[in-house]
Formats: sequence, structure tokens, C-alpha cells
Amino acid sequence: MTTVDLHRLTGAYALHALSDEESVSFERHLAGCEPCAQETAELSATAARLGLAVAAPVPPALREHVLRRITTVRQETPGTTVRVSPVRAGLRAGLLSRWALAACLAAAAALGGTTVWQHQQAADARAEARQASRSADEIAAVLAAPDARTRAADLAAGATGTVVVSQSRDKAVFVVSGMARPPRGKVYELWFDDAGTMRSAGLMDADRGDQTVLMRGNVDGASGMGITVEPAGGSTHPTSTPIALMAFPG
Amino acid sequence: MKEAVHIVRNPAKGPDLQELVGRVALGDEDAFAHVYDIVAGPVLGVVRAVLRDHAQSEEVAQEVLVEVWRTAPRYRPDRGTAVNWILTLAHRRAVDRVRSVDAAMARDHKAALLDRVPEYDEVAEHVEARLEREQVRRCLRTLTELQRQSVTLAYYRGLTYREVAEALGLPLGTVKTRLRDGLIRLRDCLGVTA
Repeated sequence: MTTVDLHRLTGAYALHALSDEESVSFERHLAGCEPCAQETAELSATAARLGLAVAAPVPPALREHVLRRITTVRQETPGTTVRVSPVRAGLRAGLLSRWALAACLAAAAALGGTTVWQHQQAADARAEARQASRSADEIAAVLAAPDARTRAADLAAGATGTVVVSQSRDKAVFVVSGMARPPRGKVYELWFDDAGTMRSAGLMDADRGDQTVLMRGNVDGASGMGITVEPAGGSTHPTSTPIALMAFPG
Repeated sequence: MKEAVHIVRNPAKGPDLQELVGRVALGDEDAFAHVYDIVAGPVLGVVRAVLRDHAQSEEVAQEVLVEVWRTAPRYRPDRGTAVNWILTLAHRRAVDRVRSVDAAMARDHKAALLDRVPEYDEVAEHVEARLEREQVRRCLRTLTELQRQSVTLAYYRGLTYREVAEALGLPLGTVKTRLRDGLIRLRDCLGVTA
């Protein structure tokens, strides 16, 4: 199909009126065609209005059923953190090789795909993949930095945490294993410890006991890090006593 | 039978839904219950318009709503509104179901498909939904006959553009174009921005 033909498919695509194969080639086209992506997004929003116009009364039993079901369904993760299962054994043995870890992360990033989940998609998926892999690249860069220093600690309830700091990159990565889920409606928030003043370094993924997180922001001379339990969405200042405090490796 | 009527915020307009979906993404079940209250009607409506089988529609609508919970962490507000994301998902799942082999067996013949716009439940509908419906109807009237038939067959019946072409006896290229320019006209009439 020519590019002109593909461009004309924005309407059919927005209405889900293409075959699967055609959708795939259209998405490939979308990824490199900003005006098409824009038009597709608008036409897809227009199609949604056709849907709103046919709202139907819902049997009350459906509500109860759905609300009960979600309590047993695990949510997907945003795809910006990378799961690294081999880390745990390494931590236990005290033989964590940063380069091996970096290689695992790169592999996880390559395999741990980004789900195409929304309608503007191919472009989205690429952007997401780029973002996930950028994050994984940054993590790998910190772990593999010649001046990376590591400190491991036992956290509460059998969890272990390792922080890797690279002063030359001014970044820190926190690797945790066996972390319990935060209480409902709460999240774990990471903090840089600036001589007693806590500066937010982003949230951890509530759904993962094992995860590797690039701490948000620069180390900027921080002496250590902390973790607190915060309301969903996080806080700008800690609102509870830290569940863990770790000094950065010197 | 008369069912309970709830007056809800128009899901197209409230900024609240965005925020609620953000909370759902963090595992907030109460926020999900609010999201459910706002979108369940439109979700079921979309699915039922395409499937027209009440039992199957409820089953698919339920799958869609659970999928909203499951995939909320991947929803990106900068890529479109939450209601658009959810209704796109609902339509996609309904279309997937209607195109599955079994459903295809039970598919109405083409003549019946020309009964284009689905019947609305006039008894127990939301006030907001009625206003939305009036506006969409008014804008659909600004389309040419071919645009309107093509768009409604594709959206409300879940037909591929090939099937639309077959049903209307038109060349494929014409249908592709009508779907696009029909939606563009509808977009402009409704004042939709992405």
C-alpha cells in the first residue's frame, strides 16, 4: 500500500474497521507520521463520542461483580522500572557484579516489552519503549560506572536493599528484593538525605517486591537515602517515619 | 422493568475521571468504584450496540472494566482522555468478539445491518447521556448519507471497511475515504480535540 493510501486509513483505523494485518501496517506508518498520529487521535476521540451517545443502564449486579473481581486481579506496571530477578541470589552471596547486573537489566529491557494498550499506539508504544529503555540504559550506566559504589542493607521483614551510587554520573540506583506490598492506598517513596533534609527521589512500584529503581533527580551531595510509606501519589515531604535509612557508600 | 436511574457527570467533560484513573493506577479500589460509576453505562452501551446480545454484552463489558483496572498504570493522560481510552478499549473488545468465529455465525444478514443506529433505551437513560445523544445525532445529520452509513455501520455494527463496502455496494477506496471524511466532519461538528 502506498503512503497516501495508508494516510487515508486514519478513519477506518479509529473505527476499528481494519483487518489485523492492515492495523499493523497502519501502526507502523503512524509511528513515523506525526500528522497521521494527530489525526488518528482526534478521530479516535470522535469515535468515542459515538460510544458515549449510546450509554446504557447497567444492571446493579454487574457493579458488585466487577468490584469483587478487581480485588483478585493484579495490575500491570507502567513499564518504567525493570524487574531483575537474578539479583537476589547475588545479594545474598555478597558477590554482586555490577556488570552482570547491567547485562541482566539490558536483557530485561529488551525482552520486557511494552504492551500496546491504547489507541494511538504504535507511536506510543515506541515512545514508551524508548522511555523504558532510556531508564534501563541510565540504570545500566550507573551500575557499570567505573566509580559506582554499592552498599547493601537488610530492610524490614526480610527485604534487602542495595544502593548503587555513581558520583561521576551524579545518580543513584536502588535495588530491592523481597519488599512487602505497601498498605492499601499507600506507596513507598524514596528520598535523598541532604544532611537530614529529605528530598523526594520518586516512587517505587507498589506491585513489585523485587525492583530496580533509578532514583529521580541527582545525588547532588546527598549523604544517604530513605524510604517512607506515603499516601498514593506520593508526598513532597515525608509524612511518616522512614522505614529504612541508608548512608551512601563513601 | 424500570431500572435505577443515576444522574452522573458527563464522562466526556469531567476532569475528575482523569484524576480518578490516576489513583486507580496506584491500586486505589475506591477510586476504581467511582470510575466504574462514571463509565460503566457508556461501556455497556458501546458493547451492546456492537454485539446486541444482552448476556454477551454484559460479559464483555465486565472484561473491559476489569481490563481498565488492570491496565490503568499504563494509561498516559498526555495521549488522550481517560474516557476516550476506556471507550476505545470497549469498542475494540466488542469488535474482537463480534469478529470471532462463533459470533460471525450468528451475525445478522446484511439487510438487517442497514438498520443503522441502534435503538436507545428511552426509559431509563441518564439525562447527560440524552444530551450527548442529541448532540451526536445532530452532528451525524451533517454528514452525507454515504458518510453516515459508512461510519455508523463501522462503529455501531463493528464492520470492517471491506464489509461496509460489501453492505453498501461501494468500492473499497470510496469507503476508506467516507470513513475518514465522515469522522472529520463529525469531529468538527462536535468540536473534538484529541
